[in-house]
Amino acid sequence: MSKPEPYTIVIGLEVHVQLAAESKLFCGCSTRFGAAPNTQTCPTCTGMPGTLPVMNRRAFELALRTAVALDCTIATFTKWDRKQYYYPDLPKGYQISQYDLPFSSAGHLAISDSKNRFAPKNVGIIRVHLEEDAGKSMHDEHAGEADSRIDLNRAGTPLLEIVSEPDMRSPAEAKAYLDELKLLLTYLQVSDCNMQEGSLRVDANINLHLDGPDGKKIATPIVEVKNMNSFRAVERALAYEAERQYEVWQETGQRLGDVPKQTRGWDDTANVTHGQRHKEESSDYRYFPDPDLVPVTVAAEEVTRIREDLGELPAQLRKRLETTYGITPYDSDVIVNQGRELVHYYVELADLAGDGKMASNWVQQDVLRLLKEIGTDIASFAIRPWGLSELLQKIKAGDLDTTRGREVLADMVASGRDVNAALQHLGIERVDESALVEMCRQLVANNPKLVADVKAGKMQAAGAFVGQAKKLNPNVNPGRVREICLELIAAG
Amino acid sequence: MSLAELSVHELLAELAAGSATALDATEAYLAVIAAHDAQVGAFLRVDAEGARVKARAVDARRRAGEPLGRLAGVPVAVKDILCSKGETTTCGSRMLEKFAAPYDATVIAKLKAADAVLIGRTNMDEFAMGGSTENSAFRPTRNPWDLTRIPGGSSGGSAACVAAGMAPLAIGTDTGGSIRQPAGLCGITGMKPTYGHVSRYGLVAFASSLDQIGPMARSAEDAATLLEVIAGHDPLDSTSVHAPVPPYGEWINQPLADLKLGLVREHFGPGLDSEVDAAVREAVRVYESLGATVKEVSLPHSKYAVATYYIIAPSEASSNLARYDGAHYGYRTDEQAMLAELAEERKQLEAAKNERGLAAMDTALVRMYRRSRSEAFGSEVKRRIMLGTYALSAGYYDAYYLKALKVRRLIRQDFDRAFEDVDLIIGPVTTSPAFKIGEKADDPLAMYLVDLYTVSANLAGIGGIAFPCGFSKTGLPIGLQLQAPPFEEDRLLRAAHMFQQATDWHRRRPQL
Repeated sequence: MSKPEPYTIVIGLEVHVQLAAESKLFCGCSTRFGAAPNTQTCPTCTGMPGTLPVMNRRAFELALRTAVALDCTIATFTKWDRKQYYYPDLPKGYQISQYDLPFSSAGHLAISDSKNRFAPKNVGIIRVHLEEDAGKSMHDEHAGEADSRIDLNRAGTPLLEIVSEPDMRSPAEAKAYLDELKLLLTYLQVSDCNMQEGSLRVDANINLHLDGPDGKKIATPIVEVKNMNSFRAVERALAYEAERQYEVWQETGQRLGDVPKQTRGWDDTANVTHGQRHKEESSDYRYFPDPDLVPVTVAAEEVTRIREDLGELPAQLRKRLETTYGITPYDSDVIVNQGRELVHYYVELADLAGDGKMASNWVQQDVLRLLKEIGTDIASFAIRPWGLSELLQKIKAGDLDTTRGREVLADMVASGRDVNAALQHLGIERVDESALVEMCRQLVANNPKLVADVKAGKMQAAGAFVGQAKKLNPNVNPGRVREICLELIAAG
Repeated sequence: MSLAELSVHELLAELAAGSATALDATEAYLAVIAAHDAQVGAFLRVDAEGARVKARAVDARRRAGEPLGRLAGVPVAVKDILCSKGETTTCGSRMLEKFAAPYDATVIAKLKAADAVLIGRTNMDEFAMGGSTENSAFRPTRNPWDLTRIPGGSSGGSAACVAAGMAPLAIGTDTGGSIRQPAGLCGITGMKPTYGHVSRYGLVAFASSLDQIGPMARSAEDAATLLEVIAGHDPLDSTSVHAPVPPYGEWINQPLADLKLGLVREHFGPGLDSEVDAAVREAVRVYESLGATVKEVSLPHSKYAVATYYIIAPSEASSNLARYDGAHYGYRTDEQAMLAELAEERKQLEAAKNERGLAAMDTALVRMYRRSRSEAFGSEVKRRIMLGTYALSAGYYDAYYLKALKVRRLIRQDFDRAFEDVDLIIGPVTTSPAFKIGEKADDPLAMYLVDLYTVSANLAGIGGIAFPCGFSKTGLPIGLQLQAPPFEEDRLLRAAHMFQQATDWHRRRPQL
């Protein structure tokens, strides 16, 4: 925070996540993205007369998994409600959703920043509920034209709505919440969280709290920001919106309640939000329980079983890596954020190499770089932890230095050779200690000028010995060369 | 004796014995239809060719010794509210006049699997909303006992077609009495099964928590056979129940011993026609003569049933009918005319410099919805959509819909308590015999009261059966209603059969 603002930003987020269920929430149609329009539809998800919804238990379990991971209270009894409005991409004229009895409520998600831009905190989760997605429509309503195209492939896809408390106090916190939520969902394997394909959508509610002239706290009108197509966009839109609201407040003095809640869309190219057309804001959705569906009951044993099956989640993993392997929060964050597979890789490597910090450095600096270069993921990376750990152990033993180690790893990746074969191929072998001492003795004898420099306290001259030694034999351990030379000079 | 006069049981025996063919039976019924339906108007569409094709196929399979379904060769008429793949299903509405369903309703699939001959689609009140079949967008149906009178509704076409001998069996649906009331008024046997006993999949919804499909027939015995075919749990209907489907047709001959009947005090108040009152009391005496005991029971909340029903049913209807928006299927307004209308409005508003009016103008989409729904729904459907929309609106929901749900629970509890003392509840189906066509057309409230004795069963989710127990001096059938605890269809059918073994009201046929 560079300059202190005269206000506090208050942000709550509504995140819609498509669940990675193979079939839709209330029929058997596929949910695969990208199929030709209206090819993944049936009488039920196109709202044909007489059709009835049947709940997809698998989707409900994915939803439960998410809510349990968010520490929500799971309702023992939950029901489905109809949210009614007219839109061409909503073929039944209502969306099956959950209104007053969502299947879960009152959870939280811990967020922190490895760069310490804000203090770690828990963001409250008001509720998580399940609903069906609508289809997609592209249409041109203006100038009396009514040219509309509707694709109902998406209609009925299970959608989880995760509503946070207004607990975030900066755009950075909002972004951290989204990053952490996405990571959690990825760990849980409940969604692919692909924002481009619409698997994850974010709406933000934002307003400002500031001190009024009489010293009393004032809240500005809440604005809902939509149309944000990346987490970066969320961060930028909220930063923009906070400044805009402050300006509006200075101009108008409008407070919460003075004007109806406004919806604004983020324009990612112009970097501004635009007020969206005021549809009748107080839209009445006439929610009522869907008589075609029976309430869902969830047994305590089921919640327990789901909790036990969750596996270690990102927050727990970070802590374990820090305590077990002695790495910094920053390092554990980088590793955990890469996903469960990389964490497994790291843990195995650290255990085999017996050095968590070294393993962390190699994973972050080399493995991740190589994955990027090759364009693969950790699961299909040819160098398994035991292969890399052999290399790390040789480096630790002083058989070769880190630089040569990288050459070895590159050769292993390129050729498929194991460590020893790669060492042999590159002609890398441990230099015998007596030979090394002999080489250093000659270097000291042949370089009186450098010796004088060292004696005069110019320690960088010692580096020149290392350079010369490496020219004579690329396998020498630079640290050891330096040590021996300094000892010889001191002794001589 | 014509094949069209046989009971289903007798017809199946003839067909099995080879003394008649399914085609003979089908032709016999088609002949009755040809002779009388121009007067009665029971059918919206008769599928003579389809019926003959099916009948011939059944006959061929019978000759080849192949196994056949339970209703092989028996003509069945179906209310025009069940979807059948590739066929028109209008629901008696302009909205669906040209709608062809892309799939089979579960009951249709079961009838097809049972080798029934689906002979045609019967008339009904639009979207099953009404008690006289006068709300059909296409034609009225007349009561075969008196062509100036209504057949009841909303399954009036099904009731009239069975009464007139145009089909031995028909499928009806009952949301507030729409099977039992027309059955009573047409002198046939009609049953509303327990909610959840017959799958609603493919039944175009009116009020989802009340709708139930049921059999309509000339006797309890025939109805039993049809129920056996259509009942049972369906994974496609979440509200269908895992309840056994006993061989109703076989068990029906077993009389009920020590039958305890309950006469509902509240059913015999003012407004009950004296002839109906007398016929019902006489029916009670018939049961007593068969060994039944009768006691008075009370359903104290039944006086709220019609009011409760007219909150819940329209609320659900307002939601269920939202899908008919002109966007996806069904009726759509003339788009050119609509755009011209909008352009004209815009021109006038612009000329008047009416900024406010311009800002409030419908988009083309909204105008398309508005015109499509205004043009294609009839007035009763619109009335109920408005009632339901109002009842579900913010600020009214608690006072109407939520309160109605609470009363509904009390009505169910009344029945639970009553059934602690009695096996069945016995009483009238309607306050009076069939009224004249047009008599109540301008009085929706009077029309709603025709459901007085039947809606409670829908609200409670229990089963009921109606069958004739006498005739008025003017020759109109008078119906008797039995109601049973949930999933006691067997008890209803056996009790009705006992009565029909002892009386012959159900054997009387109208002169056409």
